[in-house]
Amino acid sequence: MALADKDRIFTNLYGYQPWNLAAAQARGDWDNTKDLIARGRDAIIQEMKDSGLRGRGGAGFPTGMKWSFMPKESKDGRPSFLVINADESEPGSCKDREIIRHDPHKLIEGALVAGFAMGARAAYIYIRGEYIREAETLFAAVAEAYDAGLLGKNAAGSGYDFDVFVHRGAGAYICGEETAMIESIEGKKGQPRLKPPFPAGAGLYGCPTTVNNVESIAVAPTILRRGASWFSSFGRENNKGTKLFQISGHVNTPCVVEEEMSIPFRELIEKHCGGIRGGWDNLLAVIPGGSSVPLVPAAEIMDAPMDFDGLRALGSGLGTAAVIVMDKSTDIVRAISRLSYFYKHESCGQCTPCREGTGWMWRVMERLRTGDADVEEIDMLFNVTKQVEGHTICALGDAAAWPIQGLIRHFRPEIERRIAARADVREAAE
Amino acid sequence: MPKVKVDGVELEVPAGATVLQACELAGKEIPRFCYHERLSIAGNCRMCLVEVKPGPPKPQASCALPASEGQEIRTDSEMVKKAREGVMEFLLINHPLDCPICDQGGECDLQDQSVAYGRGGSRYHEHKRAVTEKYMGPLIKTTMTRCIHCTRCVRFSEEIAGVDEIGALYRGETMQISTYLEKAAKHELSANVIDLCPVGALTSKPYAFEARPWELKKTLSIDVSDAIGANIRLDSRGREVLRILPRVNDDVNEEWLADRGRFMVDGLTRRRLDRPWLRRDGKLVAATWAEAFAAVASINPSASVAVVAGDLVDCETMFAAKQLAGALGSSLLEGRQTGLAYTASNLAAVAFNSTLGGIEESDAILIVGSQIRDEAPLLNARLRKAVKRGAKVFVIGPVWDTTYPATFLGEDASLLFNLPADVTEAFGAAAKPAIIIGGGALAKGALEAGLGFAERFNLVREGWNGFNVLHMAASRMGGLMLGYAQPGGLADLVAAKPRMVISLGADEVDWTKFADSMIVHIGHHGDKAAHAADVILPAAAFSEKDGTYVNTEGRVQFAERAVFAPGEAREDWTILRALADAFGVNVGFDSFEQLRAAMIAQVPALGQEGLAYYGALPAAPATADCAGTIGYPIKDPYLNNAIGRASPTLQRCSAELLHGELQAEAAE
Repeated sequence: MALADKDRIFTNLYGYQPWNLAAAQARGDWDNTKDLIARGRDAIIQEMKDSGLRGRGGAGFPTGMKWSFMPKESKDGRPSFLVINADESEPGSCKDREIIRHDPHKLIEGALVAGFAMGARAAYIYIRGEYIREAETLFAAVAEAYDAGLLGKNAAGSGYDFDVFVHRGAGAYICGEETAMIESIEGKKGQPRLKPPFPAGAGLYGCPTTVNNVESIAVAPTILRRGASWFSSFGRENNKGTKLFQISGHVNTPCVVEEEMSIPFRELIEKHCGGIRGGWDNLLAVIPGGSSVPLVPAAEIMDAPMDFDGLRALGSGLGTAAVIVMDKSTDIVRAISRLSYFYKHESCGQCTPCREGTGWMWRVMERLRTGDADVEEIDMLFNVTKQVEGHTICALGDAAAWPIQGLIRHFRPEIERRIAARADVREAAE
Repeated sequence: MPKVKVDGVELEVPAGATVLQACELAGKEIPRFCYHERLSIAGNCRMCLVEVKPGPPKPQASCALPASEGQEIRTDSEMVKKAREGVMEFLLINHPLDCPICDQGGECDLQDQSVAYGRGGSRYHEHKRAVTEKYMGPLIKTTMTRCIHCTRCVRFSEEIAGVDEIGALYRGETMQISTYLEKAAKHELSANVIDLCPVGALTSKPYAFEARPWELKKTLSIDVSDAIGANIRLDSRGREVLRILPRVNDDVNEEWLADRGRFMVDGLTRRRLDRPWLRRDGKLVAATWAEAFAAVASINPSASVAVVAGDLVDCETMFAAKQLAGALGSSLLEGRQTGLAYTASNLAAVAFNSTLGGIEESDAILIVGSQIRDEAPLLNARLRKAVKRGAKVFVIGPVWDTTYPATFLGEDASLLFNLPADVTEAFGAAAKPAIIIGGGALAKGALEAGLGFAERFNLVREGWNGFNVLHMAASRMGGLMLGYAQPGGLADLVAAKPRMVISLGADEVDWTKFADSMIVHIGHHGDKAAHAADVILPAAAFSEKDGTYVNTEGRVQFAERAVFAPGEAREDWTILRALADAFGVNVGFDSFEQLRAAMIAQVPALGQEGLAYYGALPAAPATADCAGTIGYPIKDPYLNNAIGRASPTLQRCSAELLHGELQAEAAE
C-alpha cells in the first residue's frame, strides 16, 4: 500500500518541470475550470464534503463544512472573502513552500474554485515574509493568470468575477492564526481576535471570510476533477485522502513527499527517507505534526498510522504532517527548550497566560536543560503548562504548552537524571 | 431576552448582554482588569474566565461571550477557581512587589483581586521583567514595569479621545505601552487613563507620593472649569484638597473629567487672597476686615452700585450680591464679563436644550463659533460618539482638530444665512438635527440667526430640541436665571458710571473701563481683578463653600464644602451679608439656610436638582443680523480661569503642550 504516481495531486512537487502557466496546463491545471464552476456552488461543496478532506493547516476541520458556513447570499451588501493562509511558520513545516515554488497554479485555480463555491468576491493569499522567492513566483503566477483571463472579470470564462491578491507578511508566527492574519491584512498589529464573532460571520474588513490552508485549497480542483470517491479511497475512515508529509531531522534523506493518509510511520520513513540515521534502534522520539504537537517516543510511533485520529490516540496530533525525527544523539530537553524559546519569542503579548506563561516556561526549561532545578519544579512546570493551555484567546498558548507536556510525560526520568547529576556536582564542589 | 442559569439560579438577561453582565445581574462578582463598560471589549486579561455550558470544556472569557438561551454559567466551580488563580499568578510574576512605594496602593485592582482570587505564595523564581519609564507629558507619571497590558489606556485614547496617542510596542512579554515616540499625551482628556489604569503603571504626576487613599476625606462637588458641570469628588486631607477625581454621572460627564478640571487642584493653594487688602496711594496694603469694611462704607454708593459676577461663582453668592444691590436700590447685575450682550429674556434660547446625553443621538450637527475641545472637552467626546453613530458635523468658524470627521464651512458668521447645499440637504433629511452656538458666534450676534435656523429646519420637534447654546462659565446659566444680564451687557454698567462696582471673582473684565468707580473685589485668587481692585475682600473658592451650580443644559447641581478657606478668607455670602451691615441695609437673610430659602423662593428651579424647565423656544425675529469673522474666545484652555492660572501643573501644561516649550525632563 503506497501511493501510485498516477494518484499524485502535486505532480511537480520537486520542480523538475517549470512552474509557469504553460507547464501547469500541460500537467492538467486550469483544464476546463469553467466546467468545474458550472457545476454550481452546492455541488462543489457537496463534493468536497463527500471527499472527506480535512483542513491541512493543522486543526483538521472538514473543509467542505467550513465552506458551507459562508452566507449563501449577501443580505446587507457586504462581500465575502477567501483568505489563503500561506504564512507557513510552524517549525518543521515546508509543504506550502514547495507548492508555491513549483505548482502555484494549483493554488490559484483552487482559489478561484473555492472562492466561487463560497461566493467570495476575492481571495487574499497571505504569504510568509521570509518566503521571498516564493512570493516572487506567486506574484508572477497570479499575473500570468490575469493575463490569460483566468482571473479578474469573467474568470476562466466562467462568468464569475474573481480577484486574487497576494499579501506579504512581515515574519510573525502569530499571523498564521486566522484572525491575526485578518488583522494583519487590514494593516493592524497581528493579534488574534476574540471569537465569536467567527470569521464566517465577520472577518476581513468585517465581511464574511473563510481562512484556508494552501494545501486544502490547492487540492480542491483535482478532487473535483477526479471525484470525491477517488480522493476518499485513500486513508482510513475519517482520515481520507493524500497528504504532503515533510520529514526532517535524523533520517537519511529528509524530504517532502505526497503520500496516502494513514500510512504507517515505519513505511513512510523506509520508503521515502532511507530509514532512520543509525537504524531503527537509534530512534529516540518523533514530533509528528510540527513543533506545536507533543512528541511521541520511538516505541509508540514506529507502527502508528500517520493520520489525525491515529496520532491523537498517541496523545499527539498530525498537525501539518511536519515530521521531526530525533535519534538518540538528540539532547531532547534542549530540543524542547528551544521550541519553548520559539513560542516565547512569537507570543503576541495580547493575553495574559501566553504573554507571561511562555517566558516562564522557557526559563524553567532552560534550567531543566542544565539540571539546575528541583525535582518538584517538573511538576510545577507541568502545572504551569496546564494553566496556559485552554486559557488563551488563540491556540498559541496550547502550542507552547503541548511540547513541554509531551516531554514531561515521556522523558521525566531523563530530566530527573540531569537534576540528580547536577546536584552531585554541586555537592562535590561544596 | 435569553434565560440563563448562573450558579444554579435562573434569570432573564437583556438581549445582547454578555455572560459577564449576566453574572453581575445575578449578583456574582466577576474579577476583571481589561473589561470596562465604556470601552470596547478586549478580552485579553483572562481574569473573567467562567465555566459555560454548552461550550468547549475549557473556561471562557465572560466579558466577550454573548449570553444565550439555556446557558449554564458557573462562577464558583473548581475550574473557575483554578483559572483565576492561574491568571492571577501570571499577572503577578512580572509585576514588581513595590506596593509600599506605589501611588496606586489602596485603590489598586491588582492588589484587591490578588487578595480575593490569588494564591498565597509565589512559585516564580526567575528574574522579573523591568521596563523603562515612558514620557507621557506633565500629567501622567509612568512606571511601566507595573503594567499588566490590559490596553484600557490604548482603547481610551483611540475610542473616547479619538487620537492615536497611546499604543503598544513590540510583542510577547516584551510588549510595552507607550505614547508615539514618547511624546507627551496632549489630548485634553488624556489624564482619564490614570483612573482607567487598574494598576500603578499610569499615575498622576502632580499627585505623586502625596497621600494614601484611606487618609483622604471625600467630598462631592461640581467642576467649575467649564459650563459642563462635571461631577467630581474632592479628596482632601486637613485643610488642603489634594486631588480631584470624576464621579459617574451618565447624564453629564459619564465618568470622565477634562484635564484642566482635574489638575487645577494645586491652584487652590497658590496665589490665594487670604486677608483683606486696601489700595492706598495706588498700592495695595494689607488690612483688617474692620478697616476694609470701613473703607467700603466710607463711600456709600446707595443706588450707584453694580455687580459683576465671575465665571466660577455659585448661585448663592450671586443671589446674595443681587439682594445687596437690590437693597441699595440697584439692579445693575452682569455676568458676561467679556461684554457679550445677547438677549437673555428667554432662557430656553440660551440653554443647551438637546442635553449632553441627547446630543449623542443627533444625526446632523452645525457648530457655530465654538472650539469645543477648548470650551467643553467632555461635549466633544459626546459629539465623537454621535459621529460614530453616523452624525454629520458642520462647523462655521476657524479650523480646529475635531478628532472626528467634520466639514468646515468658513469663518464668517454670515454663512448662517448662506448655507451650502450639502448642509441644507443634510439638515432637511435629518431626524434629529441640532445646532450648537458658541461664545464666538454669540459675539457676532448669531443667536437670532440661530433661532432662524432652528425654525427653518424645524429643530424643535416631538421628543427633540436641537437648539443649543454652549456657554463656557460654570456660573453662566445660574447667573442668567438670577438676572445677571443687562440688555446691553457689560456696556450698560460702564455707561451707568456707578460709584462702586462689586466684583464676584470677576477676573476676565477689562477693569480700565471702571477707572472712576470704587472696585470692591470679593474673590479668592490674586488674579486680574485683584490688580485693579480698590478693596479686596478674600473669599472662598468652589471647594471651600456649599453652592449651587447650573450647567449649560440648565442642570441644577449642588456642590459641598471640602475644606475651609485659608487665612482670614470667608465664604462669599457672609462677606456680602456683612457688607449689608456696613451699608446699613437689610438683605433679608442671616444664615446660609435663609439665603438659600430666599433664593429658591425667588427662582424655584434652583431648589431642585436636575434639569430646569425654561419653556418653549422664542419665535425667531423677523430680521436677524450676524456677520463678521468668528474668533474663538479661549486663547489658552489650561489657563482660562483664576484657579488654573495659579496652578503650576496647568501652567506647565500650557507651556509644554500648547506652546511646545521643551521641558527638561523630556530632553533628558
